[in-house]
Amino acid sequence: MKTDLQFEFLIDKEKNSMTIVREFEARRQLVWDCHTRSELLDQWFAPKPYSTKTKFMNFAAGGHWHYAMIAPDGLEHWGRMDFRDIRAIESYVALSGFCDASGAILKDLPLATWNVTFSEQQERTVVRNAITYETAEALQQVIDMGMREGITASVEQLSELVASLK
Amino acid sequence: MENNQFALDRAFHALADPTRRAVVQRLGHGTASVSELANSFDMALPSFLKHIGVLEKSGLIGSKKIGRVRTCTLNPRKLASLEKWFDDQRIIWKARHSNLDDLLIKLRGEQS
Repeated sequence: MKTDLQFEFLIDKEKNSMTIVREFEARRQLVWDCHTRSELLDQWFAPKPYSTKTKFMNFAAGGHWHYAMIAPDGLEHWGRMDFRDIRAIESYVALSGFCDASGAILKDLPLATWNVTFSEQQERTVVRNAITYETAEALQQVIDMGMREGITASVEQLSELVASLK
Repeated sequence: MENNQFALDRAFHALADPTRRAVVQRLGHGTASVSELANSFDMALPSFLKHIGVLEKSGLIGSKKIGRVRTCTLNPRKLASLEKWFDDQRIIWKARHSNLDDLLIKLRGEQS
């Protein structure tokens, strides 16, 4: 990442939400494509050393993306993104949740709402992603699940990796 | 759960003060009553109670009044996990976006 590219990670405790603001050195159409076409999402969505695999994608209001983040040992973490409002190259709203390999949402785990907007200035694109859980309890449930699954351990490896990239 | 919602800023504020850090440390060894805690801190009770109030609001400690005795307990688990979760999310998004930087460079190369 170039040092002059904007990056913000904001936490809003009252709203159980975090907002990630990130600038990219590319036109809006290209950045939009990377967020909405599965063959491109597969190339960046999972943080290394994970990889991404799409099982199904229909980027349309009412459609969904069914994907897995695959650990180096082959373990698959399935996720599903259900698309709501879409305004081409400007914004989309999606509900993000955990599911199984068949795409069935794990009902006892809460969904997060992703509000993703794209704006272009001087041939650079800023993506703003506001991720919100409905209640503090919902967020806590997701955190507890993460603890149980030991995702924490892999995130630690990841943070070492990120540190080594700096 | 009412004391624990998103106490990140409050927790940082709470831990910025040496007295409050010492209280948290002390409670790490086990519960204690407010008067026990106050005695070990050579401070007027009203000022000490303010510190306890800040710690409670932050979600770092909880307290319960039984009869005339108020007992304080450290409440680290939720806060620690919440803080860690947000840290983890930050790391995940950084890594993810750094992948996207690479992909965009590759795609722009193909376009031109």
